[in-house]
Amino acid sequence: MSDARIDGYAKALFEVAVAEGTIDEVEDELFRFARSFESSDALRSALTDEQIPVAKRQAIIEDLLGGKATTTTVQLVSMVVGAGRGRELPAIIDRLVARASSSKNLEVAEVRTAVALTDDQQARLAAALANATGKQLNLKVVVDPSVIGGIVATVGDTVIDGSVRTRIDQLKSRL
Amino acid sequence: MNVLGSIIVPMAKCGIDENGECVTEYPFWPARAELLYGGIAALIIFALLFKFAWPQMKKSLADRTARIQKELDDAAADETAAGAEAAQIRQALGDIEAERARILAEADAQAAAVLTDGRARLEAELADLRAKAEADIASARSRSTDELRSEISRLSSAAVDHVVRGSLDEGTHQQLIESFIARVGAAS
Repeated sequence: MSDARIDGYAKALFEVAVAEGTIDEVEDELFRFARSFESSDALRSALTDEQIPVAKRQAIIEDLLGGKATTTTVQLVSMVVGAGRGRELPAIIDRLVARASSSKNLEVAEVRTAVALTDDQQARLAAALANATGKQLNLKVVVDPSVIGGIVATVGDTVIDGSVRTRIDQLKSRL
Repeated sequence: MNVLGSIIVPMAKCGIDENGECVTEYPFWPARAELLYGGIAALIIFALLFKFAWPQMKKSLADRTARIQKELDDAAADETAAGAEAAQIRQALGDIEAERARILAEADAQAAAVLTDGRARLEAELADLRAKAEADIASARSRSTDELRSEISRLSSAAVDHVVRGSLDEGTHQQLIESFIARVGAAS
């Protein structure tokens, strides 16, 4: 899918969320859904399989997000999958999150941890990263068991890696 | 009396001549006139034979002598030719013997060269095979060492994973998170 098309979908989703007045929630929910989509082979296969009817794929989305996300989020995801762009869903959502952050003069900081962070930890981490990078950040926390322990923070092209996974990898490479 | 007389005399009989006297007559002994005429006729015949037949006989004898001589000459020539041919054959036999010896010598030389060449090639091939076998052994040794090292590394990694994951309780997670926040904050 071309960048222009991804941008087009991201812009459309962004405008819908803004019009609905739920951009913050929608952005956050979509971000989490995108990460789940990337990490789950079963979910990715189900939503991108052309052999499965669109209605059935949209029903899967309803089952997964119904009651756990806003209606706008569910409808936006359903719309993208219904348009046959399921494979580009993470790219579209990342572009939407970037656009939403940019509209607030923020930069997206993706934080991956093995366990969920408390609100206090998120606030302190956001402040620490903002101080370290000199940017105002829109913190997006992803619980990723593959990190094993610690945190991996990505701000633009900068990666601050304090994960146990990376230390184990370094140890393995020395072995 | 000779033998002829002993045969003729008993056969004699008495003839009466004009004088009435007995004249002994022999059946195989002609009268004197008959002897005279017969002798003259014989001389004439001999003269005629000498005149006409002798030259033919002499010529015939000369021809025969010449023919025999020619045959003798031809035989001598044939003998000479046969001798020459025999000499040629003997020489050819000698040449053949020399050629045989030369061919045998050449074959021996070629066989020796082939043997030497084959031995050299065999030695080279043996050297190649030995080198290849040594290289294979070294490669196999290296591969085994690499595989062993890889296996040790894999097992060590799995052990590290297992031990680290097992030792990460909630407190450790929180400690790691706080440590990261403090470190990032200190870096600013």
